[in-house]
Amino acid sequence: MDAVTDTPADTAPSLEVSGLAFAYPDGHQALFGVDFSIARGERVALLGPNGAGKTTLVLHLNGILSGGTGTVTVAGLPVGKRHMAQIRRKVGIVFQDPDDQLFMPTVREDVAFGPAAAGLKGAELEARVDRALERVGMAEFKDRPPHHLSFGQRRRVAVATVLAMEPEILVLDEPSSNLDPASRRELADILRSLDVTVLMVTHDLPYALELCPRSLVLSEGVIAADGPTGELLSDDALMRAHRLELPFGFDPRSVTMGA
Amino acid sequence: MHVPDGFIDAPTSVATGVVAAGAVAVSLRGARRELDERTAPLAGLVAAFIFAVQMLNFPVAAGTSGHLLGGALAAILVGPYTGVLCISVVLLMQGILFADGGLTALGVNITDMAVVTVIVAYAVFRGLVKVLPRTRRSVTAASFVASLLSVPAAALAFTFLYWIGGTTDVAIGKVAGAMVGVHLLIGIGEAAITALTVGAVIAVRPDLVHAARDLRAPLKLRVGGELVDAPAPEAAPAAARTSHRTVWLAGLAASVVLAGFVSFYASADPDGLEKVAADHGIDRKAEEHAVADSPLADYGVKDVDDARLSGGLAGVIGVGLTVVAGSAVFWAVRQRRAGDTSPSSTTVENV
Amino acid sequence: MGAGHAHRLYRRGDSPVHALPPHTKLAAVFAFVLVVVSTPREAMWAFGVYALLLAVVAHHARVPAGFLLKRLLIEVPFVAFAVLMPFVAEGERVEVLGLSLSVSGLWGAWNVLAKGTLGVAASVLLAATTELRELLLGLQRLKLPPLLVQIASFMIRYGDLITDEMRRMRIARESRGFEARGVRHWGVLAKSAGALFIRSYERGERVHLAMVSRGYAGAMPVIDEVAASRAQWSHALALPAAALVVCLLGWML
Repeated sequence: MDAVTDTPADTAPSLEVSGLAFAYPDGHQALFGVDFSIARGERVALLGPNGAGKTTLVLHLNGILSGGTGTVTVAGLPVGKRHMAQIRRKVGIVFQDPDDQLFMPTVREDVAFGPAAAGLKGAELEARVDRALERVGMAEFKDRPPHHLSFGQRRRVAVATVLAMEPEILVLDEPSSNLDPASRRELADILRSLDVTVLMVTHDLPYALELCPRSLVLSEGVIAADGPTGELLSDDALMRAHRLELPFGFDPRSVTMGA
Repeated sequence: MHVPDGFIDAPTSVATGVVAAGAVAVSLRGARRELDERTAPLAGLVAAFIFAVQMLNFPVAAGTSGHLLGGALAAILVGPYTGVLCISVVLLMQGILFADGGLTALGVNITDMAVVTVIVAYAVFRGLVKVLPRTRRSVTAASFVASLLSVPAAALAFTFLYWIGGTTDVAIGKVAGAMVGVHLLIGIGEAAITALTVGAVIAVRPDLVHAARDLRAPLKLRVGGELVDAPAPEAAPAAARTSHRTVWLAGLAASVVLAGFVSFYASADPDGLEKVAADHGIDRKAEEHAVADSPLADYGVKDVDDARLSGGLAGVIGVGLTVVAGSAVFWAVRQRRAGDTSPSSTTVENV
Repeated sequence: MGAGHAHRLYRRGDSPVHALPPHTKLAAVFAFVLVVVSTPREAMWAFGVYALLLAVVAHHARVPAGFLLKRLLIEVPFVAFAVLMPFVAEGERVEVLGLSLSVSGLWGAWNVLAKGTLGVAASVLLAATTELRELLLGLQRLKLPPLLVQIASFMIRYGDLITDEMRRMRIARESRGFEARGVRHWGVLAKSAGALFIRSYERGERVHLAMVSRGYAGAMPVIDEVAASRAQWSHALALPAAALVVCLLGWML
């Protein structure tokens, strides 16, 4: 954590969402009262069909979207105008397309962007960048331009850009999309090795099962289920009701959880 | 139209540099007002789009093709401020990275191609949209006219700069006639593609067409499960005003277009040109082409370069040809039908 | 554009010219070109000296002559224009090989050719010895408005991506048997352009979200500071300084 220490941070859950409802300016309502809480160090998957409001929810976690009702609290700090800079540092969002996330000319500058925006400079900044890149195994690509990397490498760098901010909670939007099996496994290893709270938004159910002991099902703008991932995935009625489908031949009951 | 170093004298280059810097400064502020902190990523992406779209070759007729300059398109899609910024950045990068357009001529190039094009296109577009009925077709039509006029307007601006600071005393009337005439023809291609592109965007994301934002579909309210139109503020008075202004502005637009055409035909005797150029043209052209191909190859994507270089080639050679014909001197460098040349060749043929 | 970062004109190297801080090089090239443009065209020898100066720089930068000459072809369109000048310009005329040429037109042609070529050569040298990223840093250091530098930087970062998208759209068109062959097909191409614009704009919005999520509030954090020592400045400015001397001599002689 930064020098900033918040007394409630040690005891408060990493993320607490309560009564969150939101409608877009065009009138389309995406969230209808979302409640959940994630304890520090947990890895949780947020499952849900397309259009369930997953992205809308994610954009609330660091205050990009706001103005509806309900509250989001990150490590005891309410998300709102007053603490925006701090909140943005605490909630690290890894977006689905790494090309959107990696907007700087080199990997190093990209990873440095967040901490530098928070005021870090010089050797301290450099050390932060190195550490983040090492954690995702991309240290030797430091001076490369992002678009010269493979897709899997770009996604790892995208994770590093967020890790460099030393967030309280890491939010990943579809982390496994477009990855080949090897990159997928590498990313899983990296995520498992991190000691931060993780919220993973996905429809990749086997990936959720592999990485996240607990899952939330978001459907029609509310949390429809919350429980151990294996149990939820084995509940056929629940799965059908929320348009969640396991890949052909995949049986969650036969998988032994590695996490 | 990328002007190189030495084409316009130093004082004029510096003066236009100041003008360009001023325009860019105003645009930075204006864009910031419109897009606030989104300015950098959005303008950057639109600049990248313009850069890419300049590489989009559109075939004109057998073997010839043109490409978009993009000033009018940028103005209409993202508004005048962001438009000026995007085109300026594209020109700046072309000058520094590709030596395309002289560094000292950057002011001339930005004033001409970014500022004049964008302002003319935007002003014409807004004017027309105001007076035409509020439909998508009007937007497309207005885009057509706006970009059609913006290209010769830039040519006229260039002529003016040339008149002030040109380094060779070619009779200014000739330059003006030729530049405007030829660019009016180039403008037709530009106009058609711009209008169609704007039409395509408006069909999918009307909210993204900056200059037509007030044409958005009225909001709907859901009242007891039924969709009901939300009350549209101030729609009625705007419609009322249009009636007599329509006549006035349409007349103005028509006369501008006509004036352009007339000046073009008055300034040159294109039929004569065809004959004069016939003999000497062919070998010259071949020679020219041999050289023209290689820089393209280096410039990046093949199409790209072709298009862009040929765009410049088009304007320049076209101007040259018309001037030559007009004064009925000697021979002309003839540039046509050659493999993948572009508007220039088209121009000549159309003439 | 090929590969946005190491652009086509760039030649990797570790020459003294490569090592100069980018803003000194930018300033030097700009000053040099300005001096060249201000030189009276009658002082023909001066342009020869300028060319020599550039040759010396190219030698130090280990940029081969062939490379430089090939890049000069970019100015071909204006050469064509210059060639026309003697025929169309006004004023006194001379007979050369049976052609009546305007004297001022000849001077004009020479003027544009000489200055234009030197300008392009100087820019090519700059681009050949300076990485894209460095150029942007240099522009920033030279007090170009930060917002403008940011826009340029985004343009370069996403230029390739968008060009690629355009290429993919073309391949998609062609693999469905469509080939643009004339005015009739403009509509299809324009639809692609429209789709490309929408994708670009939407990507801009997403990039903005990603930036905001990492604490962006309108100003780019300063990550790299480029600084130049007095010695580096004097090395870089040796070129325009020498050129200035030549230029002044040109005016006096």
